[in-house]
Amino acid sequence: MATTDEEVRELIKREYEHGFVTEIESDTFEPGLNEDVIRRLSDLKQEPEFMLEWRLKAYRRWLEMDEPEWAHVDYPQVKFDDISYYSAPKRPEDMPQSLDEVDPELLKTYEKLGIPLHERAKLAGVAVDAVFDSVSVVTTFKEPLEKAGVIFCPISEALQKHPELVKKYLGSVVPVADNYYAALNSAVFSDGSFVYIPKGVRCPLELSTYFRINAANTGQFERTLIIADAGSYVSYLEGCTAPMRDENQLHAAVVELVLLDDAQIKYSTVQNWYPGDETGKGGIYNFVTKRAACIGKNSKVSWTQVETGSAITWKYPSCILRGDNSVGEFYSVALTHNYQQADTGTKMIHIGKNTSSTVISKGISAGRSSNAYRGLVKFNPGAEGARNFTQCDSLLIGDRCGAHTFPYIESKNKSAIVEHEATTSKVSDEQMFLCRQRGIEPEQAVSMIVNGFCKEVFKELPMEFAVEAGKLLEVSLEGSVG
Amino acid sequence: MLSIKNLHACVENKQILNGLNLEIKAGEVHAIMGPNGSGKSTLSQVLAGNEAFDVTAGEVTFNGDNLLDLATEERAREGIFLAFQYPVEIPGVSNLQFLRTSVNAMRKHHGIEDMNAAEFMKLAKEVSKQVDLDPAFLKRGVNEGFSGGEKKRNEVMQALLLQPKLAILDETDSGLDIDALKVVADGVNALRASDRAILMITHYQRLLDHIVPDYVHVLSEGKIIRSGGPELALELEAKGYGWLGIEDQAAANHG
Repeated sequence: MATTDEEVRELIKREYEHGFVTEIESDTFEPGLNEDVIRRLSDLKQEPEFMLEWRLKAYRRWLEMDEPEWAHVDYPQVKFDDISYYSAPKRPEDMPQSLDEVDPELLKTYEKLGIPLHERAKLAGVAVDAVFDSVSVVTTFKEPLEKAGVIFCPISEALQKHPELVKKYLGSVVPVADNYYAALNSAVFSDGSFVYIPKGVRCPLELSTYFRINAANTGQFERTLIIADAGSYVSYLEGCTAPMRDENQLHAAVVELVLLDDAQIKYSTVQNWYPGDETGKGGIYNFVTKRAACIGKNSKVSWTQVETGSAITWKYPSCILRGDNSVGEFYSVALTHNYQQADTGTKMIHIGKNTSSTVISKGISAGRSSNAYRGLVKFNPGAEGARNFTQCDSLLIGDRCGAHTFPYIESKNKSAIVEHEATTSKVSDEQMFLCRQRGIEPEQAVSMIVNGFCKEVFKELPMEFAVEAGKLLEVSLEGSVG
Repeated sequence: MLSIKNLHACVENKQILNGLNLEIKAGEVHAIMGPNGSGKSTLSQVLAGNEAFDVTAGEVTFNGDNLLDLATEERAREGIFLAFQYPVEIPGVSNLQFLRTSVNAMRKHHGIEDMNAAEFMKLAKEVSKQVDLDPAFLKRGVNEGFSGGEKKRNEVMQALLLQPKLAILDETDSGLDIDALKVVADGVNALRASDRAILMITHYQRLLDHIVPDYVHVLSEGKIIRSGGPELALELEAKGYGWLGIEDQAAANHG
């Protein structure tokens, strides 16, 4: 049945819509990495002494480590000396104090991205921190947040204003030498977001960060640290885009979440880094370490991610369930197209008693892409009464893509209960025929079928993000009818 | 409205239709009967534009236009509706969403603005009652976990919703108990109109007790070998296909 294959192919061919470059004057380090670069970076950011030591320690450990090769992805070795480790939009003054002081070109960029900071933030009641290349450009809604006692600022600012908090928790979830890319990030991270929700506070706004890589040959290494103190709650959203460039760009972020007793964090990501063109040229290498530590009892963390971008994705948002009765959730939609490769999943580490975790993973492969789910569920000896439910579904569009599932289960406690369900299905010619017989465009049909497939994950996303995610899938699927 | 001349079609290199001729005018109800493998379902799939089937010769015009030039979705928007014999499931997509997308695709084609959610909900509830479906089923996934009877009623409900010019019903009666058959037949009779044609494909006379056709055609080896009025169906019921020189196991079994 040749019919739908060709149509899908036609449909998937839509261009990446965030692929513009912003003409903006930047201060950029020359490419290359050594201790001097790290000293310069730390000095430029006027960091406290402990931070420089921490970075150097990470760098020295990184030098001794090897790039991981176990993931189900294939790419040429990254040349770390060709990358610039710092790029910042040039500004007449120091950091802008309000939106009015932000470079208009930059604001235009955010508008093109669909994030007019003024309106969007106000309408949606979302506080936005926008990271452009290496620096945090603007954080909106500081005042209402301050009133609630919430700290939401660039991590570089937190290092100056709240060094004790940063020092206490930075690296407590993802240690400097946790893995190759986390070590690199620890050495050179330039900015990112810092959030602290005080005891018993329900954060009055949804917090949001947008990441954008603009400058050529620049790596982006942001670092996010969120601390939810006892009994607090926060919902955090993260979005990312990059221009279209023929060369690959490196993104190696680290996100650490810390949850004390009864705290709750909902962390949602819509990742739309440039995936490369239809021949597989260019695109972002997205090597990210995200981990949450439920150190308090009854705490709960949810990771929800919609991943449609990047040439290569290597990412496993994980939960360490240390506190008794703590809950970890992972809801993921990962879509790959053309020559994209994704190796993504989660780790649920059950340490405390009666801890529970849920994993719902939806992988969609189109074109010649490869999409792997890799997940670890581990029960330590003390994890009495712990349980996990994993559901892992793959959807194939066309006949030239691949879906893989690598589940790992380690149980050292007899009382632990694990359930694992997995399915693989195809957008069938019969489904396409039914939709088209009812007058629906093939492209819209694929998008509707894929959206239905992802429904369980989308309902976990905050409302306006869910709409965005649906649209994103639609765009990412263009030219994929098959 | 529909004119089929010398239609030849094959699927997976197997010739199924061998020079089929048929004329259908607005307001008419035609029934096509015939043994298994005679090409009944192939005819419905070819008319609806299933690309798994290749037309190797012949022509089909629909209201003067060359139907075979149109893509599946274009035929649908021009008013050709197929009630599927085995409707496929689309998990996670609600009936409501599916039907509204369909209705709006048709409206867009005719330059009418989208129907909003509230308006559509009202309409969908009305037509689902017409075929005795609980409106709660609108929220379920398309055909997901539907019983055989629910699937058939759902197909007829969609025809009522979309108001096509030509409704092709592919064995919409199969697998229904007598009560469900009555409901489906009432739905189909509600579709009868002077500006609409209905083409029913069926094995059994019993449907034709409820929906009386204007014409009955017997299909054998991809050709219509006999046409007549409703009395032809009764004759088939009484005598089977044998007197027409057709060997048919199904007819012998089911009469």
